[in-house]
Parts: sequence; C-alpha cells; structure tokens
Amino acid sequence: MDPVRTTLSFFVDPLKYLVDLPTVLVEQAADSVSSYRALKKENERLREEQLIHQTRLLKFAALEKENIRLRALLENSFKLGEQVLVAELLSINTAPYEHIVVVNKGTRFGVHPQQPVMDANGVVGQVFRSLPFTSEIMLITDPNHAIPVQVNRNGLLTIAVGSGQLNRLVLPFLPGNADIRPGDLLITSGLGGTFPQGYPVAVVDEFTSQPNKAFANITATPTAHLDRNRELMIVWSSSKPVPLISKPTANNPETRTHVDE
Amino acid sequence: MNKYVGLGRIILTIALAMCLRIVPLPEALAAFNPDWVLLTLIYWSLAVPERVGIFHAWTFGLLTDVLTGRLLGQYALAYSLVIYICLKLHRRLRQFPVIQQGLFIFFCLLLSQLLLFLIKNFQHPAQLHASFWLPVFTGTVSWPLVYTVLRFVRLTGRLGRIK
Repeated sequence: MDPVRTTLSFFVDPLKYLVDLPTVLVEQAADSVSSYRALKKENERLREEQLIHQTRLLKFAALEKENIRLRALLENSFKLGEQVLVAELLSINTAPYEHIVVVNKGTRFGVHPQQPVMDANGVVGQVFRSLPFTSEIMLITDPNHAIPVQVNRNGLLTIAVGSGQLNRLVLPFLPGNADIRPGDLLITSGLGGTFPQGYPVAVVDEFTSQPNKAFANITATPTAHLDRNRELMIVWSSSKPVPLISKPTANNPETRTHVDE
Repeated sequence: MNKYVGLGRIILTIALAMCLRIVPLPEALAAFNPDWVLLTLIYWSLAVPERVGIFHAWTFGLLTDVLTGRLLGQYALAYSLVIYICLKLHRRLRQFPVIQQGLFIFFCLLLSQLLLFLIKNFQHPAQLHASFWLPVFTGTVSWPLVYTVLRFVRLTGRLGRIK
C-alpha cells in the first residue's frame, strides 16, 4: 500500500506546492518591503531574546549534569539528546473536519510516522504519514488524537484527548477529586514512547466535577500556537542513554543539535 | 488516431480542479468546498465519453486519495461508480437544460459522498459533522459554473467534435 501511495505522490505533491505558492509569494513580498526600522527593531528584540535564552541555557547545562548525576545514583539511565528538523507548513486544506496539516519535509529528510512535532511553545502533534516531499501531521487537537500527559505541579498522570477545536483539549479520565487546578501546566509524560518526556502541552483552564458522573469535566488550552505558526520542528529523540561519565568527544550527545537545511 | 488530441487540456482542467480541492479557505468556508474533481470528471464524461471513462475516473480518484490523505482507493471507487452511471446516461443527459442536469449532478454527488461515508464507517464508527454533506449542495449549485467554464475550454480546444 505504501509504495503505491509514495509513487502516486510524485504526481500529486507538485500540486500541493503549487497551491502553497501564492502564500509563499505574499510572504516574500511582505518581507522584501518591510522597513529598515521594523527590521532593526525585530533584530534588537531577537538579540535580547537570544541573550536571555543563552543565559538560561548556561544554567540548564549545569542542571542537566546534576540531574544525570542524581539519576546515576538512582541507577536510572536518562534519555537525552534530541535532533530537530525545521519544517514549514504548506497552506493547503485537505479535509475540513480533521486537524491534519501538511508540511514541506518528507521521507527525503528522514521523516517517519509517529515522530513528535513541536513549535517554540509546546507540542503540536505527531507525524501521521510521510511521503517523499511532504508529510502529514496530526495535531493534538484532532478528535482521533490522544497524548499521555502529566501535571507539572504534582506528577499526576493522565491522557489529553483532542476535542476538534483548535484551542481545546479534553482530559476525560480524571475523577472528581483529582488534584488538578485551572492554570496547571500539563507536560508530556513520556509514556507510550511517542513523545519525549517533559515538553509543555497545555494549560488547564477549566475544572468542574460532575457529582453524578465518575469523571470530572476538565478542559485545557494547548500552549503551542496551532493556528498561527508556519514553522514547526520535527523531533528525533535518540534512544541512546547518556553514559554516566561523559567522554570528552567533539560532538557531545548531551548538547542539542539543530539540523537545519 | 485522433484520440489523444486535447487529452492534455482535459488533464490540465482536472489538475486545476485538484488544486481547487486543497486550496486554503477560511475555516467557515472550508466545509463548503465542493468536490471539484468529480464535477470536472462528470462534465468530461458527459461531453466526450469516448475520451474520459471509468479508467480516468479511477486514476484521478487514486490521485485524489493521495492528495487528500484518505484511505487509498475510496475516491477511486466513488468516482468510477459515478462516472459509470454518467456514461450510461450521457445521451439523455446531454438533452437536458443545465438546471435539470443539476438535479442529476446532485444525486451523483450524494452517491459519491454516501460511499465515502460508508467506507469511513467501515474503518471506525464515524462521528461526522452534519457539514460533511455540505459539499453535495455547494457542488450542485456550482454545476452551471463548471459547465460554462469547461464548455468554453472544450469549444476553444475543438474537443468533442467527433471525426
């Protein structure tokens, strides 16, 4: 089945890029006419942000080392080291009632199904199908999608299911007395093996217990900007545990490598 | 011998229809986007049945499956069936005025959508929105437009003048 689809996609994928072309052109035109002042402002802002992030990363490296050492004491191997590939959304619309988007990177870049997809603010979804030049990504808000999550405050495990609305996730499997409050951050729990542990998914925005039912009514808003971002990151999580004593090699597996085009 | 004249033109219109099928629309309008590929195939099968038949319907159905990321073969099946009916009835349908053809087109689109619904239901119990059926109505309404445009394409390309 898959070779057939791959072969046929050679005929069809150019159409996807063709439909996306006006959006790209408009974007490029907007880029080329943006004023010097605006560019300078943006540059300044980005530089500031970069500085802040760099400083945070300094601390992060130390914390990471400490965490690995502590885990070593617990005799627990720690998965680390993720590669990301930046993919751009094609503005096409395949099915109106499903939350599946198409991006411009496919098996030619080594993308394969079930890879997690992030943006700068959180988890976006997972790769659903990959073709040579494009791949389809199912968003976490798709009604057929569920993601194992954990409440960041207390480690409570549960599952967040898509609701079919772009700004809403549902947590259908928590009892009425669960320790969860509006404002709680939900992060990926790493269970199930698809999503790496510890990435922000959503913020709880409503909690109502239903006295006549077994489970509470909980909804959350995804932290990722599902309706605004055009750039997404496809993540490879390396399953190699980090050695307890890191070797002094040139490419340290602990540092995040960014694979850009 | 004359068979392949104008085939490029037909394929081009179908490719254009496929582009229209995936064109990005605001969320409120996306549910209304009709099945342009099927409308185009119906027109060509009525106008030049000796050129566009079930094989074309099946091929472009498969391509539409890949384009929209559906189960491979579901559009192929729906399109082939609809085009089969169109080929059977094309002599009678050509005599009808456009509005009356519209009624027939409505049932064609409904049949195709019903098949898609059944196939979806076989995969897993589908909870589909009522908006799933909207393309049938918008497709019927846009039939006169498709008819006029493709008729223009056909006449300028001198297609369909047999011999």
